[in-house]
Amino acid sequence: MAMTMTARQRARVSLYVQAGIFVVAMAALILATDWKTIGNSVFNFGKIGPMFPDIFVAGLRNTLIYTFLGFIVGLSGGLLLALMKLSSFPLYRWIATGYIEFFRGIPALLVFIAFGYGVPLAFGVSWDVTAVVMVSLGMVAAAYIAETLRAGLQAVPRGQMEAARSLGMPQWQAMVTIVIPQAFRIVLPPLTNEVILLTKDSSLIYVLGLTASQYELTKFGRDGISSLGAGLTPLLVAGAFYLVITIPLSLLARKFESRSARTKR
Amino acid sequence: MNDVVTNSRNHTGSLNAAGVSIQNLRKSYGANEVLKGISLDVAPGEVVCLIGPSGSGKSTLLRCVNLLEQPNEGTIHVGGFDATDPDVDIDRMRRKVGMVFQQFNLFPHLNALRNCTVAQTKVLKRSQSEADKVAHANLERVGLGHLADRYPDQLSGGQQQRVAIARALSMDPELMLFDEPTSALDPETVGDVLSVMRNLAKEGMTMLVVTHEMGFAREVADRVVFMDGGVVVEEGGAEQVISSPNQDRTKEFLKRVLDPTHIDITE
Repeated sequence: MAMTMTARQRARVSLYVQAGIFVVAMAALILATDWKTIGNSVFNFGKIGPMFPDIFVAGLRNTLIYTFLGFIVGLSGGLLLALMKLSSFPLYRWIATGYIEFFRGIPALLVFIAFGYGVPLAFGVSWDVTAVVMVSLGMVAAAYIAETLRAGLQAVPRGQMEAARSLGMPQWQAMVTIVIPQAFRIVLPPLTNEVILLTKDSSLIYVLGLTASQYELTKFGRDGISSLGAGLTPLLVAGAFYLVITIPLSLLARKFESRSARTKR
Repeated sequence: MNDVVTNSRNHTGSLNAAGVSIQNLRKSYGANEVLKGISLDVAPGEVVCLIGPSGSGKSTLLRCVNLLEQPNEGTIHVGGFDATDPDVDIDRMRRKVGMVFQQFNLFPHLNALRNCTVAQTKVLKRSQSEADKVAHANLERVGLGHLADRYPDQLSGGQQQRVAIARALSMDPELMLFDEPTSALDPETVGDVLSVMRNLAKEGMTMLVVTHEMGFAREVADRVVFMDGGVVVEEGGAEQVISSPNQDRTKEFLKRVLDPTHIDITE
């Protein structure tokens, strides 16, 4: 009887055990690491000077441009697909469903290869890298954004459409002026997360042949691996730059979320 | 105030009142027939209250009038429109018919003023300044001119419902439909909404009101229609139907509504 613990005591002991396991695991990891080699090939910050300021001028700038263009295409395509998916016309629903399932089901990398190499071969055209990123990233993003927007559109209470129609607005006008603006507020947090995913997916452009001025962060980092002799360190730097973009976006998403939780409806 | 209202007939007055004529209306959801052949006339300028137990089809009937529900059979004439004609211009017809919902359905992303102007500019193609003027006049009319820049979530239920009435009035309707406008309200805000509706009735607006407010119906309605089980059981003058109903079902319903505590004790 004296050995039994209260629920609170049990929770505390469990917490200590978990912390202990974590500390032991970290210690083992640190001891097992070959710090000398790692210091030369991953944390070799002494040799990365030449990456600056180009990482801003080319890498960061291009990542932002590619992401933005992909997002614009993805957002417009996604809205169109979401409306098609909610259409009362079956053909539209089938097309939208097929598109969404297809592009969500295949690796984005394959889409980049298809548009970067396949389309030029098939049609005998060559197009700009920016256009390839814009279309590839945009078409993949459209599939994901469509599902997000569809959920948002369906979350707008039915009474909103009824009120707008009762005032004499045609269906499309009620959609554009009343329902869609409210849906966008609802999906702002997941949409921001979508931008984070796009930022990272823009790195897939590395499979295409790029000129230095077209390098985005990942390609820029890979290029640094071969030219700087600092091992993988340039990739580490590139990774840090992604965080510079994605962490503020993440905070923004959380802010939107708490705001929409405050103003219900 | 009253003079202003009646003189500006195009914007805040309701002298162009429309009537409604419903013939043998039927509406089913699957096998469930909600309206079983309803006929009802509302003369221009008349105020008719629809009363009855929940599930009796009152709201469905009201929603059929502006085609939020599509009737299966029968005809509805609203003003000059044959609502049940498949070729009717629904949007044009709805401009003439103001609708007030139980849940207000204000547009939460627009403030009170914009709620009242959005359809004026988009549908009636009024200029923004003209729409603002009309909206302000109608917000004033429901006693909320000072809250024009508030958003719906900054207003009480009663205030939201009055904005919803102002929004409908801003389209210069010839007929107003009210679907249990006070049922979702806190008791202390019901009075403000009812008094706005009372004034509207006095100004000669045609009104079709689904309500549980028997006091309001008796005082304001020209006629009261009692519905139960998808049919009109009894209709007549407000005082007659509510104070001395002829039908047993009407009597029983009114007894329960007017004196609910009494029933609880005897049961």
